[in-house]
Amino acid sequence: MGEEKQFVAFMLGNEEYAVEILAVQEIIRWSKITRVPKAPNYVKGVINLRGTVIPVIDSHIRFNLLEQVVTDTTRVIVFKNEDTVIGLTVDLVTEVLSLNLDNIENPQTTRGVENQFINGIGKVNERLLIILDLTKVLQIGNSILGK
Amino acid sequence: MDMSQYQDLFFEESEEHLQILNQNLLALEINPERLELLDSIFRAAHTLKGMSATMGFDSIAKLTHEMENLLDQLRERKLALSEGIINSLFKAADLLENMLESLRAGETIEIDLVKLAAEVFNSNNENLQVDGDEVRKSNNSSKKKVDASNFDNGNEFNEYERHLLTEAFKKGLNVWKITIQIEETCVMKGVRAFMVFRNLEAIGDVIKSTPPVQDIEDEKFENEFMVYLVSDKMENEVKNELISISEIIMMEIKMIILGQENSKEKENIEVKKEHPDEADSFISTQQEKKQKVHQTVRVDITRLDKLMSLVGELVINKTRLEQINTDCQIVSLNDTVEQINRITADLQTVVQNVRMVAIEQVFNRFPRMVRDLAKELGKEVNLILEGKETELDRTVIDEISDPLVHLIRNSLDHGLESPEERIAIKKNPEGQLKLQAKQEGNQVIIIVEDDGKGIDVETIKRKAIENNLIAQTQVDTLEEQSIINLIFEPGFSTANKVTDLSGRGVGLDVVRSKINSLSGQVYVETKNGKGTRFVIKLPLTLAIIQALMVRVQEELFAIPLANIDETTSLEMSQIKDVQGQQVVVLRGKVLPLFFLRDILSVPGEEKEESMYVVVVRKGEQQIGIVVDELVGQQETVINTLGKVLSGMTGIAGATILGDGSVSLIIDIGTLF
Repeated sequence: MGEEKQFVAFMLGNEEYAVEILAVQEIIRWSKITRVPKAPNYVKGVINLRGTVIPVIDSHIRFNLLEQVVTDTTRVIVFKNEDTVIGLTVDLVTEVLSLNLDNIENPQTTRGVENQFINGIGKVNERLLIILDLTKVLQIGNSILGK
Repeated sequence: MDMSQYQDLFFEESEEHLQILNQNLLALEINPERLELLDSIFRAAHTLKGMSATMGFDSIAKLTHEMENLLDQLRERKLALSEGIINSLFKAADLLENMLESLRAGETIEIDLVKLAAEVFNSNNENLQVDGDEVRKSNNSSKKKVDASNFDNGNEFNEYERHLLTEAFKKGLNVWKITIQIEETCVMKGVRAFMVFRNLEAIGDVIKSTPPVQDIEDEKFENEFMVYLVSDKMENEVKNELISISEIIMMEIKMIILGQENSKEKENIEVKKEHPDEADSFISTQQEKKQKVHQTVRVDITRLDKLMSLVGELVINKTRLEQINTDCQIVSLNDTVEQINRITADLQTVVQNVRMVAIEQVFNRFPRMVRDLAKELGKEVNLILEGKETELDRTVIDEISDPLVHLIRNSLDHGLESPEERIAIKKNPEGQLKLQAKQEGNQVIIIVEDDGKGIDVETIKRKAIENNLIAQTQVDTLEEQSIINLIFEPGFSTANKVTDLSGRGVGLDVVRSKINSLSGQVYVETKNGKGTRFVIKLPLTLAIIQALMVRVQEELFAIPLANIDETTSLEMSQIKDVQGQQVVVLRGKVLPLFFLRDILSVPGEEKEESMYVVVVRKGEQQIGIVVDELVGQQETVINTLGKVLSGMTGIAGATILGDGSVSLIIDIGTLF
């Protein structure tokens, strides 16, 4: 058996996604977001995270999904990598789970989320999880600068 | 021992010493007869040597050692000061700077750098040889006289020490040469040596020691050292003073006798009369230095940043408390909130002051730079520095240096004429470059001013058209000042030939964007033939600013108070259209209007009948920003939007409001 890693699983629309837990700083509730004029459309805005201002990315727009509807279950997953902190909106956080790396397959074709962000497809019993590539997810921010 | 923890300290201190070195070299170049400057230079080089040797940076130690040798010869007048030597010393200082920089960057010093060092000093030695010969020829008589003096090891003394000796003999005092040997097993050699000095100084004056006192105190000696003592005591008494100190295994006391006093020696003394005072002042400055060390503490800048951000958070929470207070109207809470208000304000001032650094740090680099540039360009420049003591936030200080360098280079290269040209137009052949800093309210103003040829409007027009900055048809409609302001546009460069200094197309636009990024402004005033003056306005601090909160639809924005001239209310009917530009007439002046709602594409359609205009200043120009409501003045802590959103135009950062929500701070400089 191969190595096991922990993942945070969440829903975007009807699909279930997962990211490695190591990159997640925290998960926070939806709060008032301040719009940033002239920013790319997928930048939802900025929020106050205990005294620090962090940008929040609208994952629905970024991943070319249907428009997001904010509900009670909407959360912001805060990613941290060195000095970059960035938030990503999700519709529902399902659970934290362990996944054997043997159970992750390379993506062939996936609908919805652009291929570039995908690391593989994880299988847990009957569920299929789309595993997002951590570095790519964190680079979402950098790609803003690139444009 | 692991030295890495001392590295930062080492680099900071070496920078200071390098600065001293450069400053004094400059002063020496202007006043070659001020030999006391050599002492300061020597001391700086010596300290650098000691520090770098301790840190294990041998290449620096070697270079400074060579410098010391040279300086020593200058001090003892074995060598006359010449331009060649000064230039070599400057070169050595540059080399040191390079070495320190590469060491700081974690690189090991490459071999060719070390080789370069050797080259500097080889050429030096040639100079040294030539100059040395000259000295020998011209001062032949005095040379002989020195050799003729009958001191024991007369060559070991420099002139000053020799002077002290002669004085001692005149007064009938004894001079003892005492050699002390300390047990090899002794753990604290420095302490024993110190006791020797203390005991000896109780009965006389120690005029010299080998190795130097500092080295002995630092235990930089084998087991033996030597001191020269001037005292009225006899051999036995001297011995008694020393015998009580333990762990000394041997001492040898010899009397030094002065031979024939010759008349030429006296001459020598007269020439050097000022030296005793100098010795006093040397001692007193050393003491001052020691005292100062106790009065200041070096703090890592990141700690100050942390402190500042904590104060920032405190201010945010204070605002929140004030909010609650106005909502609840409790008398006892009101008192407390007022107290907290005062304390936070004081705390903020204190922390801000701690972060303040005199602009001297930046200015001090310029005399050297101007000297080098002037030589390179064949121009004569008198650099005047004013207001060096003006203080700015540390972050601003770090950033302002480059733009200033740029402006100074510009003045030297494009502004000031060559001496010949200046004479031809009846100006003083020596051009004047004035650098001035002063504080005005919450702002610091830096002025770079030259009395050169000024900016030629016609040339600017031509260049601007050539570079497609404006169309031919536009030229005539523009005011003169607007044309001059084109020099700040990207891609504008008037230099006819590309020099090492400027004319590479990266020009004043870089200066302007840098200063804008510091929430500052820059403008230029010029008179053809008379000179040019660049004025830079900077906020005192970047961390916490006063801002006016304004509302547009449902969104709140902060406009820095420093940018605002005034505010006024406005009726829709007052707005007029002039060639597609909305304007309002304010006290007889036409003010162009911009709706913040449009510029920042704020959602929501309805336009209100009455609104407010915030009159802001952008460079020379006044602009009216139309908003729905003025909410009030507030202290705002500037947060960056983070790396991800950096470089957004029109937004200087974000601030957290009393209710915890985030509001954006408008950057007037890049808003339009």
